[in-house]
Amino acid sequence: MDLINSFRDKDKILALSKIIKQRSKKPLNIMEICGGHTHSIMKFGLPQLVGENINFIHGPGCPVCIMPRSRIDEAIAIAGIEGVIFCTLADMMRVPGSKGSLAQLRAGGADIRALYSPLDVISIAQENPDKKVVFFAIGFETTTPMSAVVVEQAINLGLKNLFVHINHVTVPAPVRAIMSDKDVKIDAFLGPSHVSVITGSAIYEELADEFGTPIAVSGFEPLDLMDSILNLVNQHENGTHKVYNEYARVVSNQGNLKAKELINKYLEPCDFEWRGLGVIPMSGMKLRDEFGMLDARKHFNVEVGESKESKACICGEILRGKAKPYDCKVFGKVCNPQNPIGSCMVSGEGACAAYYKYTKRG
Amino acid sequence: MQKIMLAHGGGGQEMNDLINGLIFKTFNNEILSQNNDSAILNLSGKLAFSTDSFVVSPIKFAGGDIGKIAVCGTVNDLAMVGAKPKYLSCALIIEEGLDIAELKEILESIKSSADIARVSIVCGDTKVVSKGSCDKIFINTSGVGQIIKEAKVENLKIGAKILLSGDVGRHGAVILASRNELRLQSDLQSDCKPLNSVIEALFKAGIEPFSMRDATRGGLSAVLNEWAKACGYDIKINEENIAVSDEVMGICEMLGFEPYELANEGTFVLAIDPKDEIKALEILREFDSNANTIGEILDSNKGNVIIQNSYGASRFMEPPKGELLPRIC
Repeated sequence: MDLINSFRDKDKILALSKIIKQRSKKPLNIMEICGGHTHSIMKFGLPQLVGENINFIHGPGCPVCIMPRSRIDEAIAIAGIEGVIFCTLADMMRVPGSKGSLAQLRAGGADIRALYSPLDVISIAQENPDKKVVFFAIGFETTTPMSAVVVEQAINLGLKNLFVHINHVTVPAPVRAIMSDKDVKIDAFLGPSHVSVITGSAIYEELADEFGTPIAVSGFEPLDLMDSILNLVNQHENGTHKVYNEYARVVSNQGNLKAKELINKYLEPCDFEWRGLGVIPMSGMKLRDEFGMLDARKHFNVEVGESKESKACICGEILRGKAKPYDCKVFGKVCNPQNPIGSCMVSGEGACAAYYKYTKRG
Repeated sequence: MQKIMLAHGGGGQEMNDLINGLIFKTFNNEILSQNNDSAILNLSGKLAFSTDSFVVSPIKFAGGDIGKIAVCGTVNDLAMVGAKPKYLSCALIIEEGLDIAELKEILESIKSSADIARVSIVCGDTKVVSKGSCDKIFINTSGVGQIIKEAKVENLKIGAKILLSGDVGRHGAVILASRNELRLQSDLQSDCKPLNSVIEALFKAGIEPFSMRDATRGGLSAVLNEWAKACGYDIKINEENIAVSDEVMGICEMLGFEPYELANEGTFVLAIDPKDEIKALEILREFDSNANTIGEILDSNKGNVIIQNSYGASRFMEPPKGELLPRIC
C-alpha cells in the first residue's frame, strides 16, 4: 500500500468535497488541536474544499507554541553554563526567550545541539564524560515515551553527567480549559493523531460527553482529514457527539500500553504553565522524585526572574481559539518566520507559521 | 596510510610534491602545465564568469562527491546564463589529517567531471589548515565561459512557460539521508551532473530560453520566488506536473520538509516562449524523462508564486527560510 499517494487520491478528495458541501447546512467551528493538522489543512488548501460553513480554528497542540517564556529562559540560562552541552529538538532552537533564543546563544559559542532523536543524548553523554549533557524534553504524549526511554537508559548505563529538563504536557487538560471559556465557540474537534497512537482514542470520550462536541481522531493526509471533517459535519447536523477514530490504522482504543507504562514508571503529572492559557492543574509531566538526580531543574536550580511575553503578540489568543493569525497586528509584518515575535510563528507546526507560509493573509 | 600534514601547505618540498605529483598530474592540460602565476587563456566575445565554494558534508554521497559537485556547480552556473563553459580554477582548502588516498579520489572525480563537462582546470591553489579549522576539505571553483545566447532574469515576461528539467529534491534528500544523525537507508542518488550539454542541445535546436536557473540551495521554491520577485509578476505552478520521487517524498514526509525546498545539483528551471514549449520539452526529455512544463508567468503583478494542487486548491509557495530543521513529532 502506498502510504502517501493512497491518502491523496484526487477523485476521492473531490468526491468528499462535494458531499461535505452538500451536507454542511449549519455553521461549524472545528478546532484542530494538533499543529500538524493546521499545517496539513493549509498545505493542501482544505478550507477551499469544504465550503463556507466550515471554519477551522487552530488549537493549543504545538509543543513549541505552548511553551511559556519562563521555560525558554530556564533553557537559555542552563545552556549558557560553562561545560554544558544543551540538546533539544529542532524548532525549540529559534523560540525567542526574554534575552534571545538558543540559536543566538549557540552563535555566541555555547554548545547547543538540535537532535533528530532524543536517544542521541545518550551517546553524547557517553562521548563527553567531562561535560554535563542536558536534554530539554518537549512535546505532548507523542514524544513523552522517548524521554522516558532516555531516563531509563541513563539509569541502566549509570550515566552521571546526563540531565533531563522535562516540559511534557498532555492533551485533555488544555482542551478542557479552552472549552470552559465562555467566549470560545467550538462545535467539534479534530483529535491529534500521533498523540492518540500513545493515548488511545478512549481518552476523548469523556471530553466529547462533557462538552457535547464530536471529536474525530484524524490522520494528517488530506483524505484522512476530509473523511474526518465529513464525520464531524454529519454529527453536527445530526446533533450527536461521539468519538470517531478515523486513524484506526494506527490508533487503538487503549493506545500503546507499554509506552504508557514506561511514562508512568518515570514521570508523574504536575501543574504546568501554558503560553496563553496560564497554569493548568495537572496538565504537565515531571520526573518522579526518586529520579530527581536526573532532573536538570533541580541540579542547576537557575533563577530566571519574571518572563514577560511581547505585548504586540497575540499567540495566547490564537492558542485559545479566540483569534486567527491574521487578526494579529504584527503578523506577517514585524513577526515573520525570519524574525518570530511569538512562538506560533516559530514552529513549522505553529498556526502563524502555517498561515504565513501557505496563505500570508489566511 | 599517508595523510595530509601542515607541511603539505608550507610552500616547501612536500607542497611541491603534492602539487606536481598529484594535482597537476591528475588535472594535466597544456595551460596548467605551463605553471605560470596566472593561466593565459584564449577567449573572445562576450564572457560569463562565475565562482562558488563547496563545503558539503559528508564529502562523499550517493551519486557524487565534493569534487564532482565543485565542477558541476560552476559549470551549471555558467550554462544557466547561456554560456559554453571553458575554463575552471580549483582552489583546495584541506584539513590536516585528510588521507591522501581520499584526496586523490576527489581530484580524480574533479577531473572526470571536468572531462564530461568539456572544461579544463587551468589554475588553482592549495592551502592546508590545522585540524578542526575546516571539515576535511573545502573547494572553490571559478569558471569562465563564452556566451552563446544570453539568458537573463530581466527577460522574464507575462505568458512565459515555466519548464523543469527533471524531478526535484534528490540532492538535498541524499545529503540528509547520509548524515550520521539520521542514518537512513536509501537507494536514492543525487542528481549532481553538468547541464551544459542539454543547454547546448536547446540552443542547437534554435530555442532561446528567456531565463534559466539551476535549482540548487533553496530548491525549486527559491528559484521561482526569486523570479517572481525579480519580474514582479505572479508565477502559477501546477503541483501535479512537478516530479518528485517516492524516496524524496518519503524523507520529506517523515521530517516535515517540502521537496520543492530541497537542493538539486543537476536540475534546472527555464522560462521560455510558449511557441518553443513542445520542442524544448522534447529535448529536455531526451536527457531526463521527468522533464515537464510546470507553470507559467501570469498577467498579475504581485510577485507571488502560487501552487495549485490536483484538487484545485491553491496556496503560496513561499521561499525557504532559516536552517532546515526536522519536525518535532
